[in-house]
Amino acid sequence: MIRFEPRSNPGPIFVYGVPVFAAIIAILLAAIPLALAGAPILKAYGLMITGAFGSIFSTSEMLTRATPLILTGLAAAIAFRAKLWNIGAEGQLYMGAMAAVVVGSGVIDGPSWVMIPAVMIAGAIAGALMLIGPTLLKTRLGVDEVVTTLLLNFIVLLFVQMMLEGPLKDPMSMGWPQSEPIIDSAILPPLLERMRVHLGLIIALVSAAALAVFVKRTVWGFEIRAVGENAAAAKFSGISVTKTMILVAALSGGLAGLAGVSEVAGTRGYLATDLSPGYGYAGIVVAMLARLSPVGVIISALFVASVFVGADSMSRAIGVSSYLADLIVAMSLLCVLIGGFLTRFKVRFDRKKTAG
Amino acid sequence: MEIVDILLAASFWEAAIRIATPLIFGVLGALVCERAGVLNLGIEGIFTAGAMAGWMAVWLGAGLWGGVLVAALAGGFFGLIHAILTVPLGLSQHVSGIGVTLLATSLSYFTYRTALPDVSSPPRITPFQPLDIPFLSDLPFIGQALFSQTAMTMLALVLVLVTGWVLYRTPLGLAIRAVGDNPSSVEAQGLSVYGLRIGAVVVGSSMMALGGAFLTMSAFDAFFFGMINGRGWVCIALTVFASWRPGKALIGALLFGAFDAFQVRLQTEVGAFLPSQVFLMMPYILSIIALIVVARKADYPKALLVPWFKGQR
Repeated sequence: MIRFEPRSNPGPIFVYGVPVFAAIIAILLAAIPLALAGAPILKAYGLMITGAFGSIFSTSEMLTRATPLILTGLAAAIAFRAKLWNIGAEGQLYMGAMAAVVVGSGVIDGPSWVMIPAVMIAGAIAGALMLIGPTLLKTRLGVDEVVTTLLLNFIVLLFVQMMLEGPLKDPMSMGWPQSEPIIDSAILPPLLERMRVHLGLIIALVSAAALAVFVKRTVWGFEIRAVGENAAAAKFSGISVTKTMILVAALSGGLAGLAGVSEVAGTRGYLATDLSPGYGYAGIVVAMLARLSPVGVIISALFVASVFVGADSMSRAIGVSSYLADLIVAMSLLCVLIGGFLTRFKVRFDRKKTAG
Repeated sequence: MEIVDILLAASFWEAAIRIATPLIFGVLGALVCERAGVLNLGIEGIFTAGAMAGWMAVWLGAGLWGGVLVAALAGGFFGLIHAILTVPLGLSQHVSGIGVTLLATSLSYFTYRTALPDVSSPPRITPFQPLDIPFLSDLPFIGQALFSQTAMTMLALVLVLVTGWVLYRTPLGLAIRAVGDNPSSVEAQGLSVYGLRIGAVVVGSSMMALGGAFLTMSAFDAFFFGMINGRGWVCIALTVFASWRPGKALIGALLFGAFDAFQVRLQTEVGAFLPSQVFLMMPYILSIIALIVVARKADYPKALLVPWFKGQR
């Protein structure tokens, strides 16, 4: 029979190797649906690689796609650290984007060094509030945050739609439900000429570094980790679990809100209901692939973004559905979960039944 | 039209029961999983998979009941993945569930797109037709409200009875409930905790998939991207509201269906004054309110979310 023995001290090969291995397995598994779809497999993989890395332009597209994924990945990573199951990053992203539009489409104007921080702060606060609500419901009334944050995603998207057909509608949009454009001084400028990759990437990288220092080197970070590992023990040692949860909610929701700001003020320039193709949900995969490490989030976001951009480009070239990218991303999440298990346990095959 | 007139119309209850049907399947499936101690957040994806697989089987000529079977098998397949990850491996039920939802959804979409690459409007099947039961369907009011639904609605109602009977009147049901409250006691009886939990998750997931199949094979006649639209998550909320009891699950789903049918009718009355999105938000807001109402006294299965390993005491 099969037994699982805890591994006392998993080496660095496991800690860093498992996510990489999981990603590779997921990509290899994608050969099955590719084959069933009748696509030339090697050519498809080749097209995916050139689609993400083949030119400066494609790499810029990949980095543009990685930017919101880093931010939503950080949002999931910090929340999951404290076992606050925030599955609502998608809704928080849209609220952040909407706040950025409210502040940044002409109500106030000023130089960029005022306007860019203004839209960022507005978006982060809006995203944070979206998660503090469900968190208070959890800590005060015991309402499960998984379901409330999930349902809020749908409520927020309808709310955004309503605002885009009402007060936030651009009168110049020929009837399309989209917002007025973000004014020039609030736009996150491109990093390279004629490329789409923008200041949001720098913001995302700085956020990751800041979060890493925060979690590792501050008392608050220690308290977050303590609450996540054992809430009862943390409470016993004098940490306020409620306060810590709200701090985590503010950080996580704020980061997801920033992802919305980055998309609306960096990539798109205006708000519409197709702003995010599920960055909030993909952030969960990014965080899990990174084993909830803020710096790891950067690497796994780059991986997920390459899969998306590569598959899009492959899909256009040989006509395989681009849902293949979502499939690879979902499979890498399940693979990394199994890999995480193998990091913690040894699998032993015994001949005789162990005496209970 | 007065509110009372709306509530007394047979067509209103017909709509309420129709809206409730997929939720009945979903809540029953979720409560079977959770009674055994496993939260199944794969539900949203399993709904999608059931909707796509059932529809596609019918479209390929399997017949309507063949489609129902295929949907149930698809649900069971994704349930098995979730069960293996969460029961013997004891991995996070939250994350695994989200993973299964992502996998089932993307696999369904990919399969649909691959099978039908260039359709502009989704192809249609001939769905389940309203029943015409001699005598019963001709009864005033209830004939239209209940006995003119499709066979799948009847199946949902039968499943409520079967699930209730199995959970509360059979040794198997006792074991399933025990494994969600105190797995070690079940092992002490010489029963397999893993077997019971895996079985419950697989069967529960098959039931969820029928909820999806109802949408493409009874309520509508085609598959659309994004058509599940949070119904699975609503079921997770309703399961808490129903305190994990099949009878209350039926009542909860019917109440929900009635509210939803009511807001649609209200929309035609006062729609001019309020944006349509306010009405579309109602199901989600209702679910959150339902959760808040019962949160204080919710009696979660005691071993829900708690992994259990063989030989553990």
